[in-house]
Amino acid sequence: MATQTIEFKDAAARAAQAVQAGGSNSSDELLDLHGDKLVLNMGPSHPSTHGVLRIVIELDGETITKAIPDVGYLHRGDEKIAENMTYNQFVPYTDRLDYLAPLANNVAYALAVEKLMGIDTQLPPRCQYLRVVCCELARISAHLLGLGAFAMDVGALTVFLHTFTEREKIYNLCESLTGARFTTSYTRIGGMTRDCPPGWVAAVRKFLDEVVVNFDESETLLTRNRIFVDRTRDVGVISKELAIDYGLTGPNLRGSGVDYDVRKAHPYLVYKDLDFDIPVGSVGDSYDRYLVRMEEMRQSVRIIRQCLDRLPGGPDNAGKEPINVADGKVVLPPKNKVMTSMEELIHQFMIVTQGVNAPAGEVYFGAENPKGELGFYINSRGGGTPYRLKIRAPSFVNLGILPAVLPGHLMSDVVSILGSFDFVMGECDR
Amino acid sequence: MPTSLEFAGQLREKFGDLISEPLEFRGEVTLTIANPERIAEVCQHAKTVLGFDLLLDLSSVDNYGDDPRWTVVYELSGIGHGQHLRLKTHVSEESSTLPTVSQVWRTADWHEREAYDMMGITFSGHPDLRRILMWDGYPYFPLRKDFPLAGKPTLLPDTAFTQPAPLEGGPFVTLPGGKDSAAREPRVRTPEE
Repeated sequence: MATQTIEFKDAAARAAQAVQAGGSNSSDELLDLHGDKLVLNMGPSHPSTHGVLRIVIELDGETITKAIPDVGYLHRGDEKIAENMTYNQFVPYTDRLDYLAPLANNVAYALAVEKLMGIDTQLPPRCQYLRVVCCELARISAHLLGLGAFAMDVGALTVFLHTFTEREKIYNLCESLTGARFTTSYTRIGGMTRDCPPGWVAAVRKFLDEVVVNFDESETLLTRNRIFVDRTRDVGVISKELAIDYGLTGPNLRGSGVDYDVRKAHPYLVYKDLDFDIPVGSVGDSYDRYLVRMEEMRQSVRIIRQCLDRLPGGPDNAGKEPINVADGKVVLPPKNKVMTSMEELIHQFMIVTQGVNAPAGEVYFGAENPKGELGFYINSRGGGTPYRLKIRAPSFVNLGILPAVLPGHLMSDVVSILGSFDFVMGECDR
Repeated sequence: MPTSLEFAGQLREKFGDLISEPLEFRGEVTLTIANPERIAEVCQHAKTVLGFDLLLDLSSVDNYGDDPRWTVVYELSGIGHGQHLRLKTHVSEESSTLPTVSQVWRTADWHEREAYDMMGITFSGHPDLRRILMWDGYPYFPLRKDFPLAGKPTLLPDTAFTQPAPLEGGPFVTLPGGKDSAAREPRVRTPEE
């Protein structure tokens, strides 16, 4: 991209010069005041783009006149890959969509396939409650990172270190639950890989008690911080109509004052039995989006506490509640039965080689993920693999609004707006 | 509050034979629109009159070997009434073109660019139909069924990802809907197979 040498980059400096020169009002000179536009290439690897997002920005002085986002640097062809493997084999790929909330992706994907198979209502209660706990832990983890990175972008480094302390604890919980800190791959079609280990529920409770203190501390650092408020309030204002028109979902949509949350609008798992509130913003600026995320984390804590109180079978599953659907053709049978019973051996063999046998048909399932509505459209022609699997990635859709939001803002506001959008490029580019 | 089925009935009343019988599966209603050229008109009506103000997703399916080859799928949702509706239309391989809905929902802009990038379906009237995930000048449409999983070499020899993926013994490819289990299970297949 060619850049041009211009005399004064700043429109104000040009105006000052024109006034000094005698301030003639001829149209030629007025035209000259607008000067040449400067094209600035932000990214693909810029600290505030949180990944590899490139934005080509056209500037008039310091004011943005046009912004063209360029995505796709992290494209791996996940949808193509999905067409060529069994449903269960794709679970690890969902970890790598929104890699800040892998547990929530696992759950959303498993629910989509279970909806296709018609077994989503047969999930045992313990499985459903544990999945909700997973989703909400993932939401806290993702929002803590989004919050820390946002604050860091606008100059408050302390919050980042603060929230990462808590995220470390979530990763430890993930590790003891799934065996992995990042790439959890926890769900399977029809259930989960394992129950929670002994003492895990108590560890989650301890974590919740600690994290709410952290929320208060982060709020003290930000919510009434003069610098933070000045850099976020009335910046990146998105009206209700614009947000819906561009298909925003999640905290970005609710920040604009639209009361839409998939957990309330189309409840899945046990969300309809749980008591929680959906925070919405009033202005639709960066500050509102921050406030919505902050409150959502507190609501997540509320949800997890209710789930742990009601967890069927008790914390260590003394009641021997099942965590998988009771269908040998969907979930792998226990290994000791595989070795001793012919039927289980056949089931094991069929699931591993051909995958679970889904019917022909098409479904769309959307789950409320930390970044917005993560949807899976599955087109099946029967058998163990999808014919077409489309991932509706919330970050991809959310970034589509940038050309409408950025123009008119100052260059320094880009950082604030991008931070408040809280996107993940692994999910955007798939 | 009307249900998805009642909304489907209202669409059929308005457009008549253009719209198929509603197909219900897993609690979702799917309507097929016979003439892809009129998709924007139907979508505009669904948005302004029926209140489907949120376009959740736009996907494309390659029915390789069948005619018409392409299916374009629209997932509609209404924030006000909370109902979901799926519209589908089939596009032949010869035309591979249908009108854009980006003036109905602006979010369709990027969805349609993605469908063009991955499948090679063009949307007439789209303001800026460029590739979005692959790079400008990439010669293939990777989500087509006749594009091999291993990838194809491109004319940019020094660019990354222009060689077939270096999978040991792979790629392990399944043939969905295959005749027998040997065809359905993931096996080593060369791109020509």
